[in-house]
Amino acid sequence: MNAAGSRPTLQVSHLQTSFMTKAGEVKAVDDVSFSVHPGRVLGLVGESGSGKTVTGFSIMGLVDHPGRIVGGEIRFRGEDVVGATEQRWQQLRGNQIAMVFQDPMMTLNPVLRIDTQMIEAIRAHESVSRKEARQRARDALGQVGIPSPDERLKAYPHQFSGGMRQRVSIAIALLNKPDLIIADEPTTALDVTIQAQILYEAQKLCQETGTALIWITHDLSVIAGLADDVAVMYAGRIVEHGEVDNVLDRPLHPYTYGLIGSVPSRNRRGVPLHQIPGMTPSLLNLPPGCAFKARCPHATDLCTTAPEVSEPRGSGRLIRCHFPMSPDGSITELSGISAS
Amino acid sequence: MTSGGVTDTPLANAESVGENVQTPYRRFLEDFCENKIAVASFVVVVAVAMIALFAPFIAPTDPYDLAIVTVADKALSPGMTMLSGQVAYLGTDGSGRDLLSSIFYGLRISLTVGIGSGVIALAIGVVVGLSAAYFGGRTDALIMRLVDMQLSFPAILIALVLLVTLGKGVDKTLIALIVVQWAYYARTVRGSALVERNKEYIESAQCLALSKPRILFRHLLPNVLAPIIVVGTMQTAHAIALEATLSFLGLGMEQTEPSLGSLIANGFDYIHSGHYWITMYPGVALLVTIVSINLVGDQLRDVLNPRLQR
Amino acid sequence: MTVFIIRRLMQSGVVVVLMSFIVFSGVFLVGDPVDILISDEADEEDRERAIAGLGLDKPFHIQYLLFLRNAAQGNLGDSFIFEEPALLLILERMPATFELALFALLLAVVVGIPLGMLAGLRPNSVTSKSIMTGSILGFSLPTFWVGIMMMMLFAVILGWLPSTGRGPTTTVLGLEVSFTSWEGIRHLLMPAINLSLFKLALVIRLTRAGTREVIHQDYIKFARAKGISSSRIILVHLLKNILIPVVTVLGLEFGGLVAFSVVTETVFAWPGMGKLLIDSIGMLDRPVIVAYLMMIVFLFVVINLVVDILYSILDPRVRLQEMKA
Repeated sequence: MNAAGSRPTLQVSHLQTSFMTKAGEVKAVDDVSFSVHPGRVLGLVGESGSGKTVTGFSIMGLVDHPGRIVGGEIRFRGEDVVGATEQRWQQLRGNQIAMVFQDPMMTLNPVLRIDTQMIEAIRAHESVSRKEARQRARDALGQVGIPSPDERLKAYPHQFSGGMRQRVSIAIALLNKPDLIIADEPTTALDVTIQAQILYEAQKLCQETGTALIWITHDLSVIAGLADDVAVMYAGRIVEHGEVDNVLDRPLHPYTYGLIGSVPSRNRRGVPLHQIPGMTPSLLNLPPGCAFKARCPHATDLCTTAPEVSEPRGSGRLIRCHFPMSPDGSITELSGISAS
Repeated sequence: MTSGGVTDTPLANAESVGENVQTPYRRFLEDFCENKIAVASFVVVVAVAMIALFAPFIAPTDPYDLAIVTVADKALSPGMTMLSGQVAYLGTDGSGRDLLSSIFYGLRISLTVGIGSGVIALAIGVVVGLSAAYFGGRTDALIMRLVDMQLSFPAILIALVLLVTLGKGVDKTLIALIVVQWAYYARTVRGSALVERNKEYIESAQCLALSKPRILFRHLLPNVLAPIIVVGTMQTAHAIALEATLSFLGLGMEQTEPSLGSLIANGFDYIHSGHYWITMYPGVALLVTIVSINLVGDQLRDVLNPRLQR
Repeated sequence: MTVFIIRRLMQSGVVVVLMSFIVFSGVFLVGDPVDILISDEADEEDRERAIAGLGLDKPFHIQYLLFLRNAAQGNLGDSFIFEEPALLLILERMPATFELALFALLLAVVVGIPLGMLAGLRPNSVTSKSIMTGSILGFSLPTFWVGIMMMMLFAVILGWLPSTGRGPTTTVLGLEVSFTSWEGIRHLLMPAINLSLFKLALVIRLTRAGTREVIHQDYIKFARAKGISSSRIILVHLLKNILIPVVTVLGLEFGGLVAFSVVTETVFAWPGMGKLLIDSIGMLDRPVIVAYLMMIVFLFVVINLVVDILYSILDPRVRLQEMKA
């Protein structure tokens, strides 16, 4: 998407991840493509069920039965990891690619001490002495702002609050200085002040160490302050993808437009909150064509054929829509577009 | 916020669509019959019950008729002919009794005591458990203390204590088995009842000022039935096994009404002289009975488990 | 932590006294106390003397208090047959029973936990299904009959193992044990395996259920995300979480094993407390019967206490709760 020359840390091409359930195939991730460069932050935005978490797991190779990656490529620093052996995955995970999970309450093993869980993360990838590993763990805890780290190391997870546990998870992700961090709604369960703190730290980290960051969230306001690029997902597909300021100021996809419009702070007092009518479709029963058709105010018969990913001229953006919005909020039929 | 684990999200919408309307009973039957082994076990259980019920009519001889039984028939191998001309298909025991007939009668006694004690213990357990759940508070706490205390001791120990003090015999064995089992039923019933008690239909019944026993038995009980059925089958199997063990030890049934356990005990002495059948076949009968009841119970548990609702 | 122990000790004390009351009442109110404590062979004069000496003509509560006082001093009456203190007889045979029960427990754990984990990690494989079928057989089969069949096969027909009795013993830490010699182990093998079968089935089922539940937890996935090796995940992350419910059940089950050894000891003529009990019942040696029942109740309470303490050590969350209370 930008500076040609620097090889992307992660390149996802036409990724398809499906769950084979008794009721049928659920296409959780359907033809998703994006790339993230070193030091850049990609925001992956969508409602629950849009496929963003599964995308994150796919990149980590953690999609469990009955799900699996059925198509596409994931290249981490040029290396194709979709077909990687479990051994290779173990080398990569926690080491060069790290993930922070969504719900901090159950992420840490309740019967093991914090230091055990941190030290093992270090020693799984490097042969260092326990003492040295402990020191690094201690430093990592300090880095995420946990006070009196020595005592905290000896504690058990249930002695920590949700916010602290999440900070520990983030500290663990940082331990081995990974090239890519996937953060799945890491601040959703936390209060606003801690959230702001963590966002700040994350930004600092990427700038300083050149770590690529994928920030998965449903909260647009977080993305606005943090991300460089944003990809909007709906029903397993990316519907809009571009630089964050551009997308937020001038959304081209009706869904993005609706999403931005429904953020409470953007609405005026006294006026009913703007909503996108309807509900997310069941992934088992996706309508043919554009998944957003049922809820889109601009949909026509053309929308029963699935729109391809395209780049409206001059926008520097990728969208999946037949009728992208124009700056004044009206629609224009796509003309003279070049498929990318 | 996703509730249980990070993988749930895409499947949240993946509920089965368009299930055809069925009565709960038919659905239960269908689910149960999915497991062929369980169905076969059920057939076996019915067969065993039939044998036990009609033993006096289908047994080749009456092993307790002192006029026919003679020591001359002692320890005949399976397939040999007894003095009376009757073929002993499974051989005879140390006193000359036809083993097949003894097993039929033994099954009868084992099942009567096992199932009989189970039914009575069930009745007691249901009443106690329902009351504890319904009345709550101090009554509940007291009852459950008692139940927990009893359940912390192994069944065999309690049975031992009782039979040592009470002596041998059918009635005493029945009492011991009932005492051993009621607590388990009480706890299961109370657990289910507690869950149901807070549901709305009980509140409505109370608003209609129905009498307490009526609410307990006509409204609460039917909904608590499923776990009772599961526990009932497994407990019955245990009771039958326990009775056999006690009789084997010489504590349960009298010699005049030998259950399968007593038969096995009788045959025990003969294994060193190579007359293995006397102790083996009654054991096989016992084994088949218990295993099939357990297999049925296992499948019942899987089918009736609300958490596995498909 | 000490407060916790003290509290549990007090609770246990209450239970022991309560149970002694129940056993005492049961034996003395239901049966004839005179018959229970005085041998049938005593003549009239001895009877009178014994009745007076044992205070059997006194009211019930006095008798009970006397009983308690004697019990506290370790005096539970003398055996009719052996003419030794009943309690002593029981204590002499306790090491044999414990040896049997411990070995059975060990077998159940060492074989059961790996099998259960295997069945839990690959729930739909042939291995798992056969393990589970085996476990159903394990707790359905009546132990005593299986023991007899084992004896028939391995001792009578094949002649590989001795059919009855305990092997030669040596004294370790003041106790007589028999597993120190090969001959001793040969005698121990069948009864221990027989006794363990039921528990083995239980352990397998518990472990499998625990494994299936734990393996889907977030923290296991997170451990994988950290790049931890599968063996470490199974042996540390999974195992420790499974062990807690398994240990609790097992701890209580040890008491059950000691009680159930009555059956195995009878089948294999193993000279433990259980065989003594059955023999005593047959010979109407009532003081020994009473002593056995008291002893085993006491054992039970002690075991429950130990398990509670162990549980709180293993599961840090329980410790914290208890401390707050």
